[in-house]
Amino acid sequence: MNSIPAGRIIRFALLSLGALMILAPYIFMISTAGKTQSDIFTSSLSLIPQRFYFAENFAKAFAKVPMATLLWNGVVVCGLIFFFQVVVAIPCAYAMAKLKFRAAQLMMVLVMLGLLVPIHATALPLYVAFDRMSLLNSYTSLVAPFTISVFAIFMFLQFFRAMPDDLLHAARLDGMSELGIVARVIVPNAWPAVTAFAIFSVVAHWNDLYWPLIVVSKQAYATPPLGLMYFRAAEAGDDYGALMAATLIITLPLVAAFLLAQKRFVEGITMTGLKG
Amino acid sequence: MSALSLRGLKKSFGGNAILNGVSLDVEAGEFIALVGPSGCGKSTLLRILAGLDHADSGEIFVSGRDMSPVAAADRNIAMVFQSYALYPHLTAGQNIAVPLAMKRLSRSQRLPLVGSLLPGQKEIRTGIAHDVREMAGLLKIDHLLDRKPGQMSGGQRQRVALARAMVRHPSIFLMDEPLSNLDANLRVHARGEIVELHRRAGVPTLYVTHDQAEALSMADRVAVMIGGNLLQLAAPDVIYNDPAHIEVARFVGQPRINIIPALAENGRVGFEGIRPALLEKVANGPVSLGIRPEFVKLSPSGRSGLAGRIERLEFLGSEVIAHCRLDASGDSVVAKLAPQEARDLIAGMKVGVVLAPEQAMVFGPEGKRLRIAAGARQEPAYV
Ligand SMILES: Nc1ncnc2c1ncn2[C@@H]1O[C@H](COP(=O)(O)OP(=O)(O)OP(=O)(O)O)[C@@H](O)[C@H]1O
Ligand SMILES: [Mg+2]
Repeated sequence: MNSIPAGRIIRFALLSLGALMILAPYIFMISTAGKTQSDIFTSSLSLIPQRFYFAENFAKAFAKVPMATLLWNGVVVCGLIFFFQVVVAIPCAYAMAKLKFRAAQLMMVLVMLGLLVPIHATALPLYVAFDRMSLLNSYTSLVAPFTISVFAIFMFLQFFRAMPDDLLHAARLDGMSELGIVARVIVPNAWPAVTAFAIFSVVAHWNDLYWPLIVVSKQAYATPPLGLMYFRAAEAGDDYGALMAATLIITLPLVAAFLLAQKRFVEGITMTGLKG
Repeated sequence: MSALSLRGLKKSFGGNAILNGVSLDVEAGEFIALVGPSGCGKSTLLRILAGLDHADSGEIFVSGRDMSPVAAADRNIAMVFQSYALYPHLTAGQNIAVPLAMKRLSRSQRLPLVGSLLPGQKEIRTGIAHDVREMAGLLKIDHLLDRKPGQMSGGQRQRVALARAMVRHPSIFLMDEPLSNLDANLRVHARGEIVELHRRAGVPTLYVTHDQAEALSMADRVAVMIGGNLLQLAAPDVIYNDPAHIEVARFVGQPRINIIPALAENGRVGFEGIRPALLEKVANGPVSLGIRPEFVKLSPSGRSGLAGRIERLEFLGSEVIAHCRLDASGDSVVAKLAPQEARDLIAGMKVGVVLAPEQAMVFGPEGKRLRIAAGARQEPAYV
């Protein structure tokens, strides 16, 4: 048993190649964050920096970019968006999944339509509206357009449909109102769906550049990707080492959060049947 | 006044009639088993009684009070669900406490954090905890109170579900196949316990099951529902010995009753040698003859009875089930024999099948029971 079957070797090689291709940009990012300016622009392409320049690059990034503000904005915006999305979507999905009312069919169609319309289609009217309300450059304009997530409604809907009706019947017999059922029965049992949705929502909005670029023009409200863009445009110029260090800093919170909650996330995703 | 009366309940789902006018009275302190095959609308009926669903027409009275404007929570009807429906995120103790908390604590007192600061709630919570422990003691689940449903066995969950339903002292008790998820031994044990609990509490109970043996053994009266119709409501022995409808006769009894096609002619039923006289006027034509397997005897010599063959023998310990086929008509007949009667029998052999004519029941073409003249029952069967 010291020969490994050829099929397995091929499979392993293919998978490794795929993983390498996906990881390459990140590896390169880390490597660049540790190089000096001259090291980056040499013609030879090496992964290991000739001189470890991590500390200097990170110091530069922290000095030139208001990192704390950016990260704080990212946390506030993502947190608020996620909070409102869940608060709106859970009761909505519950009603559509478990209550019988005449507009249910129509609402289902609207949700489907909503899934098809991207933010880019409504960006201009939204921008004009926020401008008229003098709400550009505010958390409101960053958060408000995303508070109703049809994707969240759709995902929770699927999850709630699978919840046994008898559980809700028992709750009604025990004297709970419909809102009571949502708060006391649905929410405590919906965390797998909520954690799975949290990944999609937080990753999407943490990394979003398009919408902040439209409604924010001041550093004070810039989200991490927008802040990086200012940094590149205004200060860094071609200082890629510092830029990569800054990129690394804004990517790390997501990676750390995922690693910390990995078990729950994976559980949530497998339990909601969402893979891909 | 009945504890619970239903008057002509009808319900259909998208054009499919599920309940066709069900009327039923449950008297104070009574235990009624509602039995019927899977999918006949038993759970639907219970849901309507509990106020979780609405009937298309018909009325429900609890102690004479019309329930139609009353919400599910205010009917004071408790229900044990087929799946138990325990809250998965709460411990057994918390599960049992929910109905009490919803009833005794005010809306603001139930709030997390804020609620625990309000005056008066502490005494109420102590009272709830006390009642929960008392109920747990009654059902012998004290040691389970800190476990979540996922950490309990089926039988333990069933008890917790029972405790949650009983703890608020309902005026009516509905149970939807509470034992169907238990293994056979535990089921027989739990039957006895439920009957015992009912005797002690005296709450009128409507107990749904698809197991006819469970219904016959537990209930004061049995209601047989088939295809959305309540065919008979009577004491267990009447249901078994004197079924009002062919479907009732078929559904109750294990092995199933023998149904043999026969002909009605001039007020008499004719099948081979059996010719009972009918008391009711029936048009000439096909009818059905029902004979329970215990009233069929086999004669190994073939000297008496109808000629037939044994196709299969099932040995069940205290009894032997013989599946026979009659030579003349080709009908299959099942006999339930004591082991000593079956000693000489082997599969494939020719036998005489003796049907006890005085035990025959006659059912009309629509399945309604037709009475036969008492005198005719004694008439010698085989000529
Ligand atoms: N919400 C619903 N929509 C459509 N049809 C339904 C609905 N609920 C029940 N039915 C149908 O009504 C019929 C009776 O269902 P019900 O659950 O009352 O049966 P049951 O007698 O309790 O059966 P079982 O012994 O299997 O529990 C079934 O044919 C079922 O498909
Ligand atoms: Mg059922």
